[in-house]
Amino acid sequence: MRELLGRFLASKLAVAGAAVIGLFVLMAIFAPWIAPHDPYAMDSGAALSAPGDGYWLGTDRFGRDILSRIIYGSRISLWVGIVSVGIALSVGTTIGVIAGYFGGWVDSALSRLTDTLLSFPDIFLALAIMAILGESTTNVMIAIGIVYTPIFARIARGSVLQVKASAFIEAARALGVGHGRIMFRHVLPNIGPPLIVQTTLSLAFAILAEAALSFLGFGVEPDAASWGVMLNEGKDWMELAWWVAVFPGIAITLAVFSFNVLGDGLRDALDPRMGE
Amino acid sequence: MTSQQTAAGTQQPDIPTQAQQPAGGRQQAADGQPLVRVRDLRTHFPIRRGVFSRTVGYVKAVDGVSFDVHAGKTLGLVGESGSGKTTVGRTILRLIPATSGSVHYRGQDVFALQGERLRKLRRHMQIIFQDPMSSLNPRMTIGNIIGEPLTVHGIAKGSEREDRVASLLQRVGLDPSYRHRYPHEFSGGQRQRIGIARAIALSPDFIVCDEPVSALDVSIQSQILNLLDDLQQELGIAYLFIAHNLAVIEHFSDEVAVMYLGRIVEKASATELYANPKHPYTISLLSAVPEPDPRPTRRRIVLRGEMPSPSNPPTGCPFHPRCPLTRKAAAEADAKDTASLVELGYPPSAMPAGNGKGVTLPILSAGETIRVLRKCVEECPPLEQKKGEGGHVAACWVTE
Repeated sequence: MRELLGRFLASKLAVAGAAVIGLFVLMAIFAPWIAPHDPYAMDSGAALSAPGDGYWLGTDRFGRDILSRIIYGSRISLWVGIVSVGIALSVGTTIGVIAGYFGGWVDSALSRLTDTLLSFPDIFLALAIMAILGESTTNVMIAIGIVYTPIFARIARGSVLQVKASAFIEAARALGVGHGRIMFRHVLPNIGPPLIVQTTLSLAFAILAEAALSFLGFGVEPDAASWGVMLNEGKDWMELAWWVAVFPGIAITLAVFSFNVLGDGLRDALDPRMGE
Repeated sequence: MTSQQTAAGTQQPDIPTQAQQPAGGRQQAADGQPLVRVRDLRTHFPIRRGVFSRTVGYVKAVDGVSFDVHAGKTLGLVGESGSGKTTVGRTILRLIPATSGSVHYRGQDVFALQGERLRKLRRHMQIIFQDPMSSLNPRMTIGNIIGEPLTVHGIAKGSEREDRVASLLQRVGLDPSYRHRYPHEFSGGQRQRIGIARAIALSPDFIVCDEPVSALDVSIQSQILNLLDDLQQELGIAYLFIAHNLAVIEHFSDEVAVMYLGRIVEKASATELYANPKHPYTISLLSAVPEPDPRPTRRRIVLRGEMPSPSNPPTGCPFHPRCPLTRKAAAEADAKDTASLVELGYPPSAMPAGNGKGVTLPILSAGETIRVLRKCVEECPPLEQKKGEGGHVAACWVTE
């Protein structure tokens, strides 16, 4: 464990990523105390004011404070990320473990299903699901969760195949341990590392996907303080008020980049042989 | 058995004795009835190729194996890697599905059991693995590894389970305080002791030992073998002891079976087999056993080529392409330019049907053309009684 931490800390970029994510998390938790303004309060007199005193990052066309909206937006982004990846992780791992453990026709059926889902481009699939479910934050979580489920299923299945060949699984069978217990006590704890890495990487994609869906108008409620929604609104004012779009854009980039480098760092720390 | 029961009952009060076991399937074996009876066991693995996973052939890992294991005794199973000896052990325990044949445990058809009844049977038949590292779950503590069988069979839980685990650890020569540690904190020999503790946790009376010492240092090997021996004395456990090394098996087994390409080619009591080997394969295996005396007393017989693939075994006797005996017999027959090997002292069984011309035959072996007996190429020799001790059987046309 100490060795693991040492390897992780050796990667400066990954540590920086973890620090930025930590800041975002604090921002999301303490948003009401940090935000200088109410993110939904309109100040028509100050609409589209440039960054400066009073409004540090400027205001949008309704005079809402960009900084406050970004701070509140981190709540939506992180929450959507955590819940949707949580869905994908739990459902995907369950499918993958069952497919890998039982093999045969169970594996064929489940693998064909996940392959079918994987064959669609991420955003296209998410858009299609959103079109069916309708706009809402909950539905965004469900849609993104479904989109990333097959990735976890595939990773889990591969790891299970590896673990299943171990003699300790055979030992458990010889002792008369049931399938459920073998999967939970023997298989699951041994396929952790690749799933942990995929979870961090998927958080980045999920945040991006939420922003993209919201940008396209298929995401969270249109008035919500979401980075994607802000980006969408800001695009119409790029020539007049660049700050409306640019600052949410920076927030998205920073969050996604941080999760990516954290994921890479974790991968290298968990399995030194896997690193490039 | 009776003496073993008392031994188990008095010396190891913490380990459930045979008397405590449920009556079902635990009755005393009738006189002479083996504990485990294996008949004509076959395990074939399909070879699949192509997009539609068409079966293009079979690897005949085990191809018609029969033997008995008697209560409290050890049957040694020897052979090269790929001879199918490991598969035999796995198939008996239903870890690999059998293709055909039967296994009876105390008269109970093992292959007919399903679900809960199969699970119950697993209490009586256990396995010890070759690699003590990969056979222990790296994410479980030693206490949980050894205690798990007790939990899943509802034998003990809570503090009772802890006590059982402690006494099992003590029994295999480990400190009971180790139970909170993880497998990677132990040496190879210690891990194998943990594997043994797990196997005897359910107090089985039959254990498949799958090369239990071949992954260990020589200095550790004898410790583990002594432990297994002690357990057999005390608990009356029968072993199917699988090894590729005849030296290890010699001191450990009551009876030894030699496997080649999925078949048993010779079987005899351990003393008889070592003193009086019949099958040319056994003879060559014995010649490879290292001796402590540096002066060569035995001539090392190096076999030609490698063991053929079990997906495409040779016709007739599977050993004929590598067999020194059939070559010698063929050379003698050719030199005498006669049809009769009987004159040379070979048994009549070595004579091909239609006695007369063509007693020998050229074959390609290891890139060379050699002459062998036609009979060896055409017909598979049965496992039959040879000259010597009763029960000494070998599958060979040439030897008597």
